[in-house]
Amino acid sequence: MPSVPHTQTKQENAAPSRGWRFFRVIRRLYARPASALGTSIFIIFLFLAIIGPLVTPYTTTEQIYSDAFQSPSSAHWFGTDNLGRDVFSRVIAGAREILVLAGLGTLISVVTGTIIGLLSGYRGGWFDELIMRFFDSLLALPAMLLALLLLGTLGPSTNSILIVIVVVYTPIVARVTRSVVLEVKNKAYVEAARLQGESLPHIVFGEILPPVLPTLAVESALRFSYAIFLVASLGFLGVGVQPPNPNWGLMVKETRNYVSQMPWALYFPVIAISLTVIGINLMADGLKELFGVGTQ
Amino acid sequence: MHPGSEIPILNVENLTVAYQHGETWQNAVRDVSLRISSGETLGLVGESGSGKTTLLYGIMRYLPAGGRLRGGTIELAGQDLSALSDAEMRHVWGKQIGMVPQNPQTSLNPTIQVGEQIAETVRHHLSLDGPAAWRRVIELLEMVHINDPHRVSKSYPHQISGGMQQRILIAMALSTEPILLVLDEPTTNLDVTTQAEILDLIGEQIQVHKTAAIYVTHNLGVAANICDRIAVMYAGELVEEAPTSGLFEKPLHPYTQGLLDSVPRLGETKSSLRLRAIEGQIPPIDEHPPGCVFAPRCPIAIEICKQHTPLYVPDTGRRTRCHRWEELMLEEVFARQKPAPKIQQQDEFAEEDQTLKLENISVHFPVKRSLREALSRSPTKTVKAVDGVNMQMSKRETLGLVGESGSGKTTLARAVMGLVEKTGGKMELLGISLPSRLSERHLDTLRSLQMVFQDSDGALNPYLSIGESLRRPLISLVGINRAQADAEVDKLLNAVHLRSSFAQRLPGQLSGGEKQRVAIARAFASNPDLLICDEPVSSLDVSVQASILNLLNDLQLENHSSLLFISHDLAVVGYLADFIFVMYLGQIMQEAQAVDLFDSPYHPYTEALLSAIPVADPQALQDFIRLEDALPNPTDELTGCPYHTRCQRTLGNICEQETPPWQEDENGKRIYCHIPLEELRAAQKRAFAQPRSERE
Repeated sequence: MPSVPHTQTKQENAAPSRGWRFFRVIRRLYARPASALGTSIFIIFLFLAIIGPLVTPYTTTEQIYSDAFQSPSSAHWFGTDNLGRDVFSRVIAGAREILVLAGLGTLISVVTGTIIGLLSGYRGGWFDELIMRFFDSLLALPAMLLALLLLGTLGPSTNSILIVIVVVYTPIVARVTRSVVLEVKNKAYVEAARLQGESLPHIVFGEILPPVLPTLAVESALRFSYAIFLVASLGFLGVGVQPPNPNWGLMVKETRNYVSQMPWALYFPVIAISLTVIGINLMADGLKELFGVGTQ
Repeated sequence: MHPGSEIPILNVENLTVAYQHGETWQNAVRDVSLRISSGETLGLVGESGSGKTTLLYGIMRYLPAGGRLRGGTIELAGQDLSALSDAEMRHVWGKQIGMVPQNPQTSLNPTIQVGEQIAETVRHHLSLDGPAAWRRVIELLEMVHINDPHRVSKSYPHQISGGMQQRILIAMALSTEPILLVLDEPTTNLDVTTQAEILDLIGEQIQVHKTAAIYVTHNLGVAANICDRIAVMYAGELVEEAPTSGLFEKPLHPYTQGLLDSVPRLGETKSSLRLRAIEGQIPPIDEHPPGCVFAPRCPIAIEICKQHTPLYVPDTGRRTRCHRWEELMLEEVFARQKPAPKIQQQDEFAEEDQTLKLENISVHFPVKRSLREALSRSPTKTVKAVDGVNMQMSKRETLGLVGESGSGKTTLARAVMGLVEKTGGKMELLGISLPSRLSERHLDTLRSLQMVFQDSDGALNPYLSIGESLRRPLISLVGINRAQADAEVDKLLNAVHLRSSFAQRLPGQLSGGEKQRVAIARAFASNPDLLICDEPVSSLDVSVQASILNLLNDLQLENHSSLLFISHDLAVVGYLADFIFVMYLGQIMQEAQAVDLFDSPYHPYTEALLSAIPVADPQALQDFIRLEDALPNPTDELTGCPYHTRCQRTLGNICEQETPPWQEDENGKRIYCHIPLEELRAAQKRAFAQPRSERE
């Protein structure tokens, strides 16, 4: 029997490590123009949020009355607002503000939603029924109405906004996770794990979670962009973070009365909101295609 | 019906079909020539990846995007198909070429009545309309032996059985009197008894219509049944073509020989011979070897095989792509290795050495009631997936459980494993009562009871490395630490003949056979006393099947485990098992030692199964018994013998009303039937007999 020299060489490469896989995902996101654009926008905003205070010429609250209502110039790239604050500095600072708040909220909702979805989907029965009906009742309310109700009760503060994001998005993440779990839990490998006497945590997090992760990555990106939108909307309605916070939504609210005198002070925060949301959505679409989520 | 002098209906010359792969084109089918005359059926046989489907779709010019013909000509009744435009091809499809697809469920539109779906074709291609079209539909349905054509024509696809759906598709393909009929594995998804009926129908229709036919299949038994000539494909090339009888009598290509040898034939047992697997695997499309494509796996490859092999013509109507065909013909060289003699196992299994004991096990699933049914307090219906099964297994015994889909064999296995809860009866493992819930089972019980699943793709977590998948049972069941487990993983991989480097791979990088090896290694990791294998080879190619069966057998002997082997394939079960249970609708119909299975008397159901199996030997003698294709509704309350609705030997009232007795003959064969054994024996001279020439 001659050996099989060249038919198996392709399979010799071993399973890549986790960190390497992350970079491969990024690299493959750049393979398509739309997701490359989205990812770039997101990375730029993320970068600005991190280095923000280092590059901004002014602080967010610094009021130079003599400079009020100035149009964009070399001194004030995005112009100034009615109080003489530098719009460029405020937009950059707003990036950190909103990415941190929305990001933290998304993170908490994704973690809790995933855990609840995994357990609920895997256990099934009355436990699943109870949690899902409760989440259904939460989802029956429009997100904004629920947010307003909560903020009315909790009072406007950064913590309240976090709670709002978590309450609004946890049920959605849990439902999405559960739907994948229902598909995965009857696979032979999960049954094999049960037959090996594996503990519940191992089965749920060791066997079921990995196949859920791609869907979760896409869902997290989507939730993140919606959370940014929600934080900005609440700021605009005046029930979220309070002045003088450089929240993009709040900036729109504060300057919209002066739109004829200083349109730049309105436009730049609006552009910032749109760009981040569109960028992250494009990235989510890219992830979706990359992982084949929803196509199988 | 002999080929040769007539003008061929289909004449394919040097056809090459390629798929686009990034920037490059890869030839999936290379240089294939075929001829088919009218009234002739050509079998196209090959494993997955052999290019048989690509060739078929290439011939029909129905390639998916990214696929195209790169050379050669296709002539259909003198017309060059490769020169036609897509619009012109649409007149050829349906009108001149009729096709019966593999999967009837996805080929029929679920929202349109089946009669209307046939009528559509009739109207379009035959320009009939209104009542004339409908009359033609009814004629067609009668032609494919549908008893109640008016009712069936008004049915939706989900209302009729799979066999009936396939009849509809055959009627549709034949509705335009095509000159070429293309059949793409039309019986692969059907049960063996239904398959037999459909094969009969196809054979009959080809005769009646004198159409030329291409029959694509991976099953040599099916091909032997229906084809006049067989072309064997391997890695995109036609490696051998021969008249059916010649091919089975003396294959002139080592690959054909390998295919024939890797499936056990009815009546062969593990004690009579060891299966001969073809080593290695089919080369990927972009890496076919420069010389003979089969050389890397060929047992008789020599230096000359590194050069490209032409198609030799040893005889009229025969072609082979092997440099050594003359030696094969003169029997100077044998492509088959001499079988290693099997170690004789102990035949008598002692009662006290019992592994598993099932007493009156049943698994009934309640059917959800609608709100109206619940309000009207109609009783909850149940599906009796398993109904009163008794079974005993001794240590080191291999027990075969055979039955068609819906027989409850998988549910029974899952009940034993604790994956579904039994609703009645008692189970004992090694003399200790076995709780029906998995969570109530002791770790030691889990250790001694393991399972290999049917679906090799689903058996391994695609996100965990092979090493991790194998380490888990060692840590959780055997209770050794991680470092020891790593060493043990190596041993396990070696035991299933995989290299140690496989531990780092992900399941996606493995072939189906390799995945199943890993699944078997995982099941044997805890050295179980009882291993349940649920159709472990049914999703694998035949050349891989043999090595998996051999492996199971070897590991079982080494580990002194008992094996409960579940399959729909009587030949495979008959080969591997010491004792065989035949199951039908949740009940056991017959219990027999494997060696007695093929001797009368049989239960009438066993008899029907045996006569329905397509045997890979045109000279095998088989009874002709065909069952009505519909199984009773699973929620129906059946009295008497569950088989009475389809039984070919029914005695009438007694079978319908009274529970049959268990009759036992002198060899310990037990049959669940009203008909006295003597009568059965007299009536059943044979359902199946070995051909005159016993192998070796």
